[in-house]
Amino acid sequence: MNGGFHIVVCGSIVPDPLQTLAPMEGATGPALKNEMMLPSVLDPWAGHSLYEAANLAKKVPGSKVWLVSLGPKAKLQQLMMSIAQKVAFELVVLDGPASGFTDSTEVAAALAGAIGSIPGLDRSRLLLFGGCASASRDAGVTMQMIGEQLGLTEQFLGVDELTVTENGALRVLERIEGGQYQVSECSAAPAVLAWATGNLPEPPNNPQIGMVNMRTIMPALQKAQTAAVGTGGISYQAVELPSQRRETRIVKDMPADDIAAEIVAWLKG
Amino acid sequence: MEKILFIAHTQADGTLPNAAREALSAALELSGKIAGSTLTVGLFGKDVKPAADAIAACGAASFIGVSGEQFAESRYATDAAAITALARQAGATIVVAPTTSRISRAVAGAAQRLGGRIDTHISGLDVADGAPRLQRWYYRQRMVATQSRSQRPWFLVVDVGVFPAWSGVAGSAPLQSLAVDQDTCTSRTKVIGIQSPSSDTQTIRPEAEVLLVAGAGWTKKQADGQLHIKDAEGIILDFLQKNKASLGSSKSLVDQSSEGESVLPFMSHLNQVGQTGSTPRHPKGLATCCHGEEPHAVGWRFINERRAINLDAGCGWAQGKADVLYVADAFQVMKKVNELLG
Ligand SMILES: Cc1cc2nc3c(=O)[nH]c(=O)nc-3n(C[C@H](O)[C@H](O)[C@H](O)COP(=O)(O)OP(=O)(O)OC[C@H]3O[C@@H](n4cnc5c(N)ncnc54)[C@H](O)[C@@H]3O)c2cc1C
Repeated sequence: MNGGFHIVVCGSIVPDPLQTLAPMEGATGPALKNEMMLPSVLDPWAGHSLYEAANLAKKVPGSKVWLVSLGPKAKLQQLMMSIAQKVAFELVVLDGPASGFTDSTEVAAALAGAIGSIPGLDRSRLLLFGGCASASRDAGVTMQMIGEQLGLTEQFLGVDELTVTENGALRVLERIEGGQYQVSECSAAPAVLAWATGNLPEPPNNPQIGMVNMRTIMPALQKAQTAAVGTGGISYQAVELPSQRRETRIVKDMPADDIAAEIVAWLKG
Repeated sequence: MEKILFIAHTQADGTLPNAAREALSAALELSGKIAGSTLTVGLFGKDVKPAADAIAACGAASFIGVSGEQFAESRYATDAAAITALARQAGATIVVAPTTSRISRAVAGAAQRLGGRIDTHISGLDVADGAPRLQRWYYRQRMVATQSRSQRPWFLVVDVGVFPAWSGVAGSAPLQSLAVDQDTCTSRTKVIGIQSPSSDTQTIRPEAEVLLVAGAGWTKKQADGQLHIKDAEGIILDFLQKNKASLGSSKSLVDQSSEGESVLPFMSHLNQVGQTGSTPRHPKGLATCCHGEEPHAVGWRFINERRAINLDAGCGWAQGKADVLYVADAFQVMKKVNELLG
């Protein structure tokens, strides 16, 4: 690849999945109770795409990674304490809600605008990365809409593997039905890759990377633009927790043979 | 007046996927309930006439199609162009589509081109005040919303397993073929083919009656202080084969491969159920050697009857997440289950 890739990763925060979540009526639509107080993590599939981006950038000389995040500035700053130690990137911040209840169209427009104005971004070398869906809205549509707005019509969804072939083509494995992959080859950048799990473990913390990142992260947070992102034209009639909690029958001290018989009867029933 | 367009693609054999017949039922229900609405069927694929004929009797007012060699493969550029052309031709205000990997890759791009809005993973659909009102889950199946929109065109992508698949007699559909502007179809992407996961054992079966979830306990040291990976492998595969069950996994179990620990070779992240995995739909689910923590259990939202086998009476399944928890050794129980299944 001549001159390397310019990899832009879209990713923000979601509540830590170990937290109990409850909805409430906020000023501008549904929200989470104590949303600002909930511990948050990097949105998992976007996180995988960030690690894949960093790995690719290492392999292809001249590449560079940006992380574009739309979320409450203070919470993004907290997140950076851990993420910034893992992989090298330049941060672009849009200060706004990270709520799942915002409209994907508005989120996509804000992100496309921010990406479009990254100084020095070479769109001919652009690989737009992100998660195949968020853990908040879980719609799986935002990346396509950003791609469209940036004029990117080579797009892949649910990517688990990207290899750059000897002639610089992108060989992509996308998840499809029944645990299979569709294998495609795109002749070159630019392209959109919305990632699933990928193949990499979470990188360990490396304080040196953290120090280098922090030089650009603090100014990025300071100059964050406010993004007017809301629920768009969605009207929410209700947001509820599922009422169903099961009355678990706990079976102790039953011989394995009897349990097996009970399970088989249930399976066949 | 709502102009409803149902869109779907054909499969390699020229038929419609089951998910498409389900979404067709959703579209028919909407058009039946919205007074003055019309329903158009829009199909794309290599040759869509047989698929259109198969649903000729569904009651749609018209049938339009985009076909040709370039639409044989599932690829963003050509599929987004096809969907856009179908929606434009139909003058659609509401577009109903199934959740398939092919639709999911391209439909949001088409919505963007048409200045429309899109909602996906729809798990319920009704009509109120003459307009669709949908249900979908947020925060990975933790809370459910009922919502609507006034903007049009509005794309509604319906989840699998929510509506019954449409069935009826085949006929001859009056299919109108559309030509797609070739400028919108150019692509640098070539589809090479389909690849099964690393092993040739097909363990993910979305249509199966039963989901068997294997957790990290299968690869942990057991009461005798030893690992029993080969046993675990044999027991799980035997059960899958005898029951035609689908195999799910906890995150911990499939993560072990990237962390260099002992693994079950037929499992990958594709099997993972939960927060960062899948949310499959099956009538029954049996969890084995899996702790049932919340990030895992959210993936069980659409598993109706749930049982678990775990050595720990205090595991997550005991906390209202399963109907029955057997506090027992899964190795012993599942071996016996397999024997009884014959
Ligand atoms: C951001 C994030 C996302 C996550 N996403 C997911 C996700 O998508 N899916 C997911 O599954 N997890 C997810 N998790 C992880 C989750 O929190 C748990 O760590 C994970 O589900 C635990 O897997 P496990 O139950 O298999 O393993 P463990 O917690 O190790 O449990 C093993 C169980 O096996 C039992 N056991 C051992 N031997 C036997 C035996 N012989 N018979 C019966 N029982 C036995 C033990 O009692 C124990 O309960 C996520 C976590 C985070 C932070």
